[in-house]
Amino acid sequence: MKTEITLDGKKIQALIGKPLIDVASDHGVYIPSLCYMRGKPCLGTCRVCSVRVNGHVMASCTVPVYEGMEVEVDTPDLVDMRKALVEFLFVEGNHNCPSCEKSGRCELQAVGYETGMMVSRFPYRFPVRTRDHASKYIWLERDRCIFCQRCVEFIRDEETGQKIFSIDKRSTHASIEIDVKLADKMTPKQVKRAADICPVGCIIDKDLGFNKPIGERKYEIKSIKERILKGKTNE
Amino acid sequence: MGQKLVIDPVTRIEGHGKVTIQLDDNNQVVDAKLHVVEFRGFEKFIQGHPYWEAPMLLQRICGICFVSHHLCGAKALDDMVGVGYSKGVNMLPAPEKIRRLGHYAQQLQSHVTAYYYLIVPEMLFGMDAPPEQRNVLGLVEANPELVKRVVELRKWGQETIKTVLGKRMHGINSIPGGVNKNISIAERDRLLNGEDGLLSMDKVIEYAKEGLEIFYDFHEKNRHQVDTFADVPALNMSLVDENGNVDYYHGNIRITDDDKNIITEMDYHDYLDYFSEATEEWSYMKFPFLKSLGRDAGSVRVGPLARVNVTKSYGADTPLAKEALERFHDYTKGKANNMTLHTNWARAIEILHSAELIKNLLNDPDLQKEDLILTHSKADWTGEGVGVVEAPRGTLLHHYKANQEGNITFCNLVVATTQNNTVMNRTVRSVAEEYLGGNDIITESMMNAIEVGIRAYDPCLSCATHATGNMPLDVSIYDAKGKLFANKRR
Repeated sequence: MKTEITLDGKKIQALIGKPLIDVASDHGVYIPSLCYMRGKPCLGTCRVCSVRVNGHVMASCTVPVYEGMEVEVDTPDLVDMRKALVEFLFVEGNHNCPSCEKSGRCELQAVGYETGMMVSRFPYRFPVRTRDHASKYIWLERDRCIFCQRCVEFIRDEETGQKIFSIDKRSTHASIEIDVKLADKMTPKQVKRAADICPVGCIIDKDLGFNKPIGERKYEIKSIKERILKGKTNE
Repeated sequence: MGQKLVIDPVTRIEGHGKVTIQLDDNNQVVDAKLHVVEFRGFEKFIQGHPYWEAPMLLQRICGICFVSHHLCGAKALDDMVGVGYSKGVNMLPAPEKIRRLGHYAQQLQSHVTAYYYLIVPEMLFGMDAPPEQRNVLGLVEANPELVKRVVELRKWGQETIKTVLGKRMHGINSIPGGVNKNISIAERDRLLNGEDGLLSMDKVIEYAKEGLEIFYDFHEKNRHQVDTFADVPALNMSLVDENGNVDYYHGNIRITDDDKNIITEMDYHDYLDYFSEATEEWSYMKFPFLKSLGRDAGSVRVGPLARVNVTKSYGADTPLAKEALERFHDYTKGKANNMTLHTNWARAIEILHSAELIKNLLNDPDLQKEDLILTHSKADWTGEGVGVVEAPRGTLLHHYKANQEGNITFCNLVVATTQNNTVMNRTVRSVAEEYLGGNDIITESMMNAIEVGIRAYDPCLSCATHATGNMPLDVSIYDAKGKLFANKRR
């Protein structure tokens, strides 16, 4: 059933219960996100899709449409807040785009461009993280993990449904972990999918780096905003 | 009272260093050193990275000869994954030619930068000219048409690099076993025919010839100075093809003496059997030398002058450069040329040589082929690789090791400027003795002569120490009691 809501002052019809972030993109309003994937359960981990609903700031991927919603997306304070959230993600890890093979295909980089981030206002934390390269097919570059949990929820062992990736510890001690035994059972297709849904260059398909020439990489062909507004998933 | 002179920084070079010159009580030079005072540590921090990142990350050592570092790394990775020269595997024709195209284009633009922006000002205005004139801005004022051509030449080189590597600087093209992109017909035609704001290939060759004429003219007018300035003996080293002539991308390393006799020729994979490196506490730059000859006799010169000394002839497919090289060789009547300022002659010849090589490649239909990568399997893995190319400044070497998981565990970089360390120090000493020794008053132009000597090598101190920092270099002169007498720092 549809209802009328207000999106940046414009009245629109939206399906009750549909994720607000999807409704916005269906009506030409791009809301950046780094954990949400259209058609998948929301994770609500990155908070980059924050908007104001009836006066309260909330992650738009976590909010289903309901009657009487008044949504603000494009206000100076919200635009700046979303940019600040992206800056947080950059300073909390060690992101070195120039030598990262995900460059040009990286959602964090793409969203950084879309939100107009030029430099972070926050000091870099330079966390000390160790890489995990024990798996046969996957290189885990922990410096780049933003803890979106896409891999944790959406990449599972095909036989048992067990999680292959997990988050260990909390807060600044948190660490993405890989079950090497299960990871070594992954098919090439599944490895590719894991690398593709990772919004940064944390999960890397071993030996495949830099196979796409500059100018032909995903977000160089079409920006993340264009993709989302066309209803595409981030995959 | 003896004096110590300091030039700090030496300008118009890549990297940060200084020169100190020790004078005795009679103002005679007793010691002269080129110090390199920056440190970066690329060899260390690449460790732990996945092996396929090395050519991408390590090319960031340099903003000028990044293609050379990229290709050196790529050749090392070819070895590492088991489809490289160490296993006797030859690269497919298309990727090798595409790599060469990027490499020659970089040599062209790098040499043009060094020659016109850093060196030609002294050639046109003289070493005694005031510093405010003796630079590229002075050149703009004196000959704007020439500078316009230089900008156009550099642009053409950069556009060719962009075509091959995707970006004008720090692009990505070479991956283990080949390249990730070929050259389309449209891209080829754009470079051959030019367009509005971009030179044609023939125009590039014409301007390259004019660059050589500038040297001839300068030489004609200043023959004594050009021929006597820092005539410094050294062995000459270059990568050579099967005919013993320079191959900028691949071959054996050949070292020749003053009579052009071959002292040593080696497969570069065996470089550790032949070379050792000395260190000094006053410089971050090491001093490589041939073990068999020892540190003093076994130090080599690399770069344009060394390459044209080692090379007997260029191919018939580069007729203009071939003719220019014959004139160069005739000048020393079969002997190696040790005249430091003739490096600029050699550099001008190599600009022309690069341009002709590029033209030949652009007309080669292999560039449009689709077969771009030699496939490899886990069973081919060797875990170790060495890559060598002739970078604009000379022989460049990358050596990596990685474990079975793909984690880099070892990296050794021996760059051209490091190879030239001893011969550059000899040059500084020679110029100091000639221009400063015995003088009561040290003038700016005397100090500049030291810089001219260093600049002839177009040293890249950032590459050489794998180091970070600002460009300039200092010159200091100290008296017999170790007191600073003069210092030059811009």
